[in-house]
Amino acid sequence: MNQIELIALSPVLFVTASAVGLMLLAAFKVKPIVLNGFTLLGLVATLAAMLWADNLAPVQVTPLLIVDRFALFYSALIVLAGMVVTLLSGRYLHSLGLHVVQPGRQAHLSAEYYVLLLTAVLGAMVLVCSRHFAALFLGLELLGVSLYVLVAYLAPLSEQRAASLEAGMKYLILSGVASAILLFGVALLYAEFGTLEYSRLGEIWSVSGSHNSKIVVAGLALLLSGICFKLSLVPFHMWTPDVYEGAPVTVTALVATVSKGAVFALLLRLVFETGAFSSSAIMSVMAVIAIASMLIGNLLALLQRNVKRILAYSSIAHIGYLLVVLLAGANRQTAIDLINEAAGFYLVAYFVMTLGAFGVISVLSRAGNACDQDQLAEYRGLFWRAPGMALILTAMLLSLAGIPLTVGFIGKFYVVVVGVQAMMWLLLGALVLGSAIGLFYYLRFVVVMFMPAERESAKTEPRFVAPGDRLVLSALLVLLLWLGVFPDPLVRFIQSTTLGWF
Amino acid sequence: MMLILLIMLLFVGGLLVWLADRARLADARWLTLILLGCGLGLLLFGYANAGSVEVVGRQWYLGYHIPWIQRFGINLTLAVDGLGFVMVLLTLFLGLVAVLSSWREIEHSRGFFHFNLLWTLAGVVGVFTALDLFLFFVFWEVMLVPMYFIIAIWGHENRTYAALKFFIFTQASGLLMLLAIVGLVYYQYQASGILTFNYFVLLDTPLTAQVGYWLMLGFFIAFAVKLPAVLVHSWLPDAHTQAPTAGSVILAGVLLKTGAYGIIRFVVPLFPEASAQFASLAMALGVGSIIYGAALAFAQTDLKRLIAYTSISHMGFVLLGVYAGNEEGLQGAVMTMLAHGMTSAALFAFAGAIQQRIHTRDMRQMGGFWTRAPRLGAWVLFFSVAALGMPGLANFVGEFLVLIGAFKANAWITVAACAGLILAPVYSLLVIQKVFHGEPQPERQLTDAGTREVVMLGMMAVITVVLGLFPHLILDLVSGGLSLLPPDAPVSGDLSVGLGLLQEPIN
Repeated sequence: MNQIELIALSPVLFVTASAVGLMLLAAFKVKPIVLNGFTLLGLVATLAAMLWADNLAPVQVTPLLIVDRFALFYSALIVLAGMVVTLLSGRYLHSLGLHVVQPGRQAHLSAEYYVLLLTAVLGAMVLVCSRHFAALFLGLELLGVSLYVLVAYLAPLSEQRAASLEAGMKYLILSGVASAILLFGVALLYAEFGTLEYSRLGEIWSVSGSHNSKIVVAGLALLLSGICFKLSLVPFHMWTPDVYEGAPVTVTALVATVSKGAVFALLLRLVFETGAFSSSAIMSVMAVIAIASMLIGNLLALLQRNVKRILAYSSIAHIGYLLVVLLAGANRQTAIDLINEAAGFYLVAYFVMTLGAFGVISVLSRAGNACDQDQLAEYRGLFWRAPGMALILTAMLLSLAGIPLTVGFIGKFYVVVVGVQAMMWLLLGALVLGSAIGLFYYLRFVVVMFMPAERESAKTEPRFVAPGDRLVLSALLVLLLWLGVFPDPLVRFIQSTTLGWF
Repeated sequence: MMLILLIMLLFVGGLLVWLADRARLADARWLTLILLGCGLGLLLFGYANAGSVEVVGRQWYLGYHIPWIQRFGINLTLAVDGLGFVMVLLTLFLGLVAVLSSWREIEHSRGFFHFNLLWTLAGVVGVFTALDLFLFFVFWEVMLVPMYFIIAIWGHENRTYAALKFFIFTQASGLLMLLAIVGLVYYQYQASGILTFNYFVLLDTPLTAQVGYWLMLGFFIAFAVKLPAVLVHSWLPDAHTQAPTAGSVILAGVLLKTGAYGIIRFVVPLFPEASAQFASLAMALGVGSIIYGAALAFAQTDLKRLIAYTSISHMGFVLLGVYAGNEEGLQGAVMTMLAHGMTSAALFAFAGAIQQRIHTRDMRQMGGFWTRAPRLGAWVLFFSVAALGMPGLANFVGEFLVLIGAFKANAWITVAACAGLILAPVYSLLVIQKVFHGEPQPERQLTDAGTREVVMLGMMAVITVVLGLFPHLILDLVSGGLSLLPPDAPVSGDLSVGLGLLQEPIN
């Protein structure tokens, strides 16, 4: 490994070093705020290293990883999301306070939290840099294992958080099965092509022309099932609401953004380097999955009274919208650049609004309570009690619903543009129908916040929103509106991250 | 320049009103009145001094054009022709009426209420002035959200349901329009290689008959929901009934007109062949609306619901006139839009006033109010008579022109539409009879109209009379360009010139 490769890999190395450093730091009795600060510092250093690596990109580092602008863009997105989650976690975990089983161990326990957060970010970065199935599996498991523990993290700390443990177990078992299925798919592809590199596989495949060979289709189907599980697309979505509900809300934000974003970026690279969607059978199945996700995700959200579950189903639908973009690219009628741009923009939008929505929920919740403030009824009259938080949440929800002047609308506009270009009217019809259904639960959530407050709910009033949290959430709100009104700079930036894939 | 200033005035003014109210610096109502007054002044002053530019055979004033999202060739292109100007004028005027009509009604968080009101009006002004289809769509949606809040927060007993229904109907149909807009832009891009959302360029898009028809439907459905035409009207009675008075005034007076405006400005010129093909179906829908709205209005016991159904009936005339496809029909449609804006706003203001006094909208609990409130009664009688189409008042001019136009296009449909003229007196006089005549209800305390209400209703009455006696004031302003482009109209010739001029702020 020469110097150039080292520099290119430096962001990944920095995250790793931060995780190790944090473990060492935890040996000493330090205050939680130091741990939080150290984590942030590590992530900031990682971002800085990206600027450095950016000058050299693209660089292939070992047969496993490639650091190009595409990878760096998504890595930056993941690291930024990690930073937001870290910032929000500080106060949230601190509010555990009196409920800790063993008071002396609090600091050490929150050290594990931050270590796992960093390893999750590391796994996600490995995923978006991967160019080889071994790296894919490494990244996926690193991300997955960190998240299993994080999801159940509060269970031993607070006796009341039994749902956390259930969610963690559920995620562990189902995710384990999905990984096994994915591995089997990879094995079948290896049996057919004799290589594990995406680009090499794509070359052999396009030369051999065996688009509908049974082994290849079976292998791809298994591989994509595993990936769809991670993206929680219908019909692999069963775990999502339970995990979202059971996990501490900051971890939910991490699962919703870092995990799904990284896997989607990986899917983009995988599909375009291997040409996985050139098989018509796979295409039609994925189209059905997209339609089912858009419709069923939105429909099931209607029945929920728990805001974390509502957002879980809403995320299923949003990944469904993103899949429309991917499918448009796969049938080769639309320029890859546009696909990359649309998917990148949509993911940025999705990150901003998801982090914002879960951020507000985390500010209103306490880790020490039996569950987060996640019942719709608890939000009744929020606007009259905490207008700032209610307005931020309203903006995030309107953005998720795709109302203009928010970033979510530009994202949806991109999906429509791509869909129209590829003439996928059926998928677009599902998009319109899904969005119309979606409006119902987003608006119901919004209207609850503006209803007159009942006296009994006054006790859940946040006494005080920490200035740090307020700052982070306000920044997300500004970003939401700024990108919604002036998307050009971000669009140009994403355009510069396109790869010469072919 | 004046238009962007006007829109910014409403947006920024809305924020100011809210903040001022929170800080208890000023009364939100007076501040809103002053802002709207400034807006009216700005518009009239700008219009009086504006130079015009001719594009596609129409005079455009107060143009404004700067790039917005360059990735997609989206510009902030604003300009009004006579039609747009009249509509903006109506919007600002009814904004004033809305504030006056809710003067005492809104008791909690007045600042936020007037913020929403101003933002709705800003969105509507945007809709009437945007000449970039993306921008138009943005304004189309922007006017929804604050109106949703107005209904959902300050509305009556069933407000949540009504607000949600209103929003979902409009937004879902709006998404269809977004698909159609993007489709249209894409076909233009394929044909010419220019990626743009500019209205004037898109007028020129070559479309096959089938594609044109589908795209036209995408636009038409969105506008028909807003209008509303029968079949997609079911949000209207709920929204209008549940909204607070100011909300009902704006909904009936202005928001419905955006649908009609959309058809006149976009559907017919963008898709002339498809529209011609669709005309008889649309006219049939119009007649359906006229008769259905009138029949259902007759069956209502809820005062606001009754007025809401009459709106469906009157807007049916607009649809009929637009698709008649001749100058008379279109002028009649525009005149009906203005006249209906006045009468429906006045009647909703009256319904709000009654509800505030006796806390019910149920007409079975009213009666004999004439002796208690003769001034109010006289004004309501005036507007009811205007609504039923008394010659000499604006509504008559509008509906008469529509019928003349429609008769040329399709005689049998027009004959059916004339039934509306018979039904209108029935439901209009029903209101007078049930509310003002009959046995007085002794337990209902009722104060007569105060100065504020007399001024408000008086202004609208004056406009109704003036438009009825001198319709050419408006018809001259909006004619000329309203004769829609025939399919073979020379568009491209002066297009580049016009666009070039629009690049510069005109005044």
